[in-house]
Parts: sequence; structure tokens; C-alpha cells
Amino acid sequence: MIPLLLAAGIGGVEGDAPGPGVLETIWGISVVRGLAWSLVAALLVITPMALFAIWLERRLSGKMQARIGPNRVGPEGLLQTLADGVKLLGKESLVPTQADRPLFHAAPAVVFMSAFAMYAVLPWGPDWAPTSLAVGLLFVLAIGSLEAIGVIMAGWASNNKWALLGTMRVAAQVVAYEIPLGISALVPVLTAGTMNVQEITAMQGGGAWNWGLWWAFPANLVAFVLFFWAALANLKRAPFDLPEAESELVAGFHTEYSGMSFSIFFLAEYAAMFVLSGVASCLWLGGWNTGIPGVDVAGMGVWGNLLGAAMVAGKAMLLVAVMMWLRWTLPRLRVDQVMRLCWKFFLPISLACLVWAAAWVSVVKPMLGGNG
Amino acid sequence: MAELLGKLTAAMGTYGPAVLFYGVAGLVLASAAYAVVAKKIDHSAFSLMACFTGVAALYAMLGSDFLAVTQVIVYVGGIMILIVFGVLLTDRLPVEYRQISRETVVQGLAVAVPVMAALVWAAAGTSWPVVAEAAAAAAPPAAGGTDPGTTAAIGKLLLTDYLFPFEFASVLLLVALVGAARMARGGAK
Repeated sequence: MIPLLLAAGIGGVEGDAPGPGVLETIWGISVVRGLAWSLVAALLVITPMALFAIWLERRLSGKMQARIGPNRVGPEGLLQTLADGVKLLGKESLVPTQADRPLFHAAPAVVFMSAFAMYAVLPWGPDWAPTSLAVGLLFVLAIGSLEAIGVIMAGWASNNKWALLGTMRVAAQVVAYEIPLGISALVPVLTAGTMNVQEITAMQGGGAWNWGLWWAFPANLVAFVLFFWAALANLKRAPFDLPEAESELVAGFHTEYSGMSFSIFFLAEYAAMFVLSGVASCLWLGGWNTGIPGVDVAGMGVWGNLLGAAMVAGKAMLLVAVMMWLRWTLPRLRVDQVMRLCWKFFLPISLACLVWAAAWVSVVKPMLGGNG
Repeated sequence: MAELLGKLTAAMGTYGPAVLFYGVAGLVLASAAYAVVAKKIDHSAFSLMACFTGVAALYAMLGSDFLAVTQVIVYVGGIMILIVFGVLLTDRLPVEYRQISRETVVQGLAVAVPVMAALVWAAAGTSWPVVAEAAAAAAPPAAGGTDPGTTAAIGKLLLTDYLFPFEFASVLLLVALVGAARMARGGAK
């Protein structure tokens, strides 16, 4: 069944589909394709990326703390995460007696689903985009907000004081970071005139000076930095890791999770780190464009797409590595500091960026002759 | 192999939309019903979330991509978080609160009947245009081609024909915001 779907997705079956009507045929093909692509993506792209990110985190943490980190399983310890995953599969998944069972089991699924669904709009190359949604960027923000709901579900269902405290912190953090995250993502949308991530990426061809970072200078540069910080808060990474805060809350919202259900939270966190970094790189860092004038990925066929995919993965991994670097550099903020930072600094600055970008598009760009 | 694939695609094309629609509609109805009858208030809240998400899927099936995504952002990302705040801060409610008395039935009906009537009136008066079907009939989208979506059209309408209701709603929200801030600060001093 699965290979069948794969073949349908890659080979295409337009020719021999005796569909009753145009809509039915298109629908059939797109659903079969969509299923096939999501299987390919989940098996071949997202899981290895997340496993690699976990390995990278452990090795980088080791380097930053002047120790070695996992280096025994496979070359340079690359298979360590896989081995840990197998170990976790064999562990019992405990459920506390007083826990809310249906919600307790549903929570990791919701978190996992939201992290993986965001990959649907991440373009990998000029011709390799899972979907070309017109509302792509909004889709990322919408599906990303589902993740917080899953986390709240987990903390509430655990019936544990640490978990509940973590949950309340998540809920407070969500309302604080979500607005600057959305507004800073609107800045490139405004300057590009589309919400389609693939189209925004395609506008950044040529040299690195054409990247979204420099559009409506300095609005997009500031928006990129804000988006990155708000994304850190979204991912509950240091310095915004209050919901898990190991030194205060044991493990926060996932204190009661063990075995495979814990590792699903873990995998989803790294998958989300990668995809948010990937989206940021497509909005501001050229996505699959190389940034070298003359090396145009779009005209190189399959090899261009492969190069593009490597560019997206490389840029996203670079941002992921910066997130890891920040984790060992900055101390954790207090709850009130997070609120103040998001509401009193990120929000006004992101609004100012939006206003400047609007002024750029409506006033400055026409004056400069439409080349901005 | 190719024959089987063709059959599979054809079957998906014929029954897929109907199966998906009835599946999602069933999910919406079931989760809405469970949100009403659930014994625990947190179950109600999360069931409501499933309902909102399902409604967004129905919007997407009707070709309203912008509305579908906005539904998820506003209801799941915003309203749901606020409801969860309420649930977290009120703790587990006492049993009496959830018992149904004659008064609550009358109050509920007073709200539900007009809303239901308005919804039925609106649903009956709408000629449901299936955008995807119309577009497919006009020009079948090429593989990998981009769909312009509905966002630009909605934006134009909001800033031209519907400018007054749009601005009026924002003033209403501002009033609510100022009122909430005043109440949170403890009223008049």
C-alpha cells in the first residue's frame, strides 16, 4: 500500500485516470499525492532532521561545556539518538492514577501533529514544495498555535503540580509571544505582497543582497531578529524555557510523561525548531537561493532542486545551532520579564517595523522607481 | 500496477470528497455535542477546540483558504487559550454548577433559538458556490501551479465596500479592551 502511494505521488497518474469529471480526477490525484508526500516527508525528511538536531544539540552542548558528548554509537555518535529512541520504545509508558487518561494520551499526538503539519508549507527547491498554499505563512502561525494547546492539554491532564505550573506559564507565554511573532512575519508579507512562502522565496534570487533581510531596510532586518526571538519563546527554548524550567519545575508540563510519549514531545520540539528556522530562512535568508550571483538554482533541474534543499537545510540548521548556542549563553528569564519583553518591547518594535514596511511599499518604493 | 493505481485514483476522486466531508462534519457535530454534555469542563474546552478545527476544515473544503486559516488562528490560538485560562483559574467546578434546572434551560433556549434561526436563515439564503469546482471547470490547475487564493479579494472588499463595518468592529474591540483594562485595575478609585 505504502509503495503504491509513493509511486503515485512521484510518478503521477494523470494519463490513466478514468475519472468521471475534471474535479474528481484532480481531487483524486492531489489526495493520493498529498498522502504520498506526507509519508515520504515524515519518514525520510522530518524524522532524520529531528534526530540530527538532537544529536547536534548534545554534541554542541558538550563542546560548549568543554566535554565530549555522545560519540560512541555510529560515526561521531550520530546514531546515539536512534539508539535512545529504541530504548525508549522498550520502556513502559506510565500514566498517573489520577491523570485524565484521554487527554493525557491525546496531548503528545496534538503536539506531534502540529509540529509536523508545519512542514507542509516549507519549500525545498524551485519545484520541490509540498504544497503551494496561498495562505502559507498564516498556516504556519495557525498550526503552530495548536502546539501550545497540546502542551496545555498535557500539563492539565497530568494532575501534577509541577505540570500545572508549567501549563499556566505556557498559557501566559502564548498570549505574549504570539502577537509579535505574527506581526514580524507580516513584514516580509507586506513587502513581498504575498503570503505564499514559495513565492516569497522565489523573489530572493540573485546575490545575497536580494535576500528578504534587506527589503524595506531596516524593517525586515529587525523583523527577522524579532521573529527569531518570538520563535524561541514559541519553542519554549532557553531563555524562554519557563514552562519546562528543570531547576524549578522538574520538567514542567511533561513531568509525568515517560517512554515513547515523552520521546514524542522531544522529537516534536526538534522538528518544530527545524521547521520554524526553515520558514525564517525562506522569508529572510533566501531559502533555496544560494545568494551567489550567477548560481541560479531555478534553472538547474533536479540538481538545482537538490542544491536548493541543501541550502534550506543548511540555513535552517545554522539557525537551529544559534538557538543551541543561546541556550548555553543566556540565563532563563523570569515570568514577568518574559511578559515585559514581549508586550513592552517586541510588540511596539514589530508594529514600528510594520508601519515602516507599509510606508516603504506605498511611498518610498514608488519614488525609487519600484526596485526595492 | 498502473491499472491498480488508476482505479485507486478514480475511487479517491469519486468518493474522496464525500467521505472527507461527512467525516469532518461528523467530527464537528460529535465534538460540539460532547462539549455540551461533557462532565468535566476541561473536556468541554478541548472538545470545543476539535469542533473549531473541524469547522476550519469545512471552510477549506469550500475553497475559503483565508477564512479557514483565520478560524484556526483566532479560535484555536486565541479564544481557546483564553478559555483554558478560565478553566485553569476556576479550578474544577462544583457538581451543582453543571446540573440543569428549568431556569438554565429557559435562559439557554432564549439565546440558542434566535441564533439557530439566524443561522438557518443565512444557510438557506446562500447559494453555496463551490470555488474549487468553478475554477476547475474554467481552467484545470496545472501541476505545481499556484492558486491565488481568496486573501487579496477579501482585503480589497474590507477596505472598500465593507470599510464601515470593519472599522466599527475595531472600535468595538477597542472599547472592550479599555473596559477590560479598567475592570482589571479595580474600577474607579
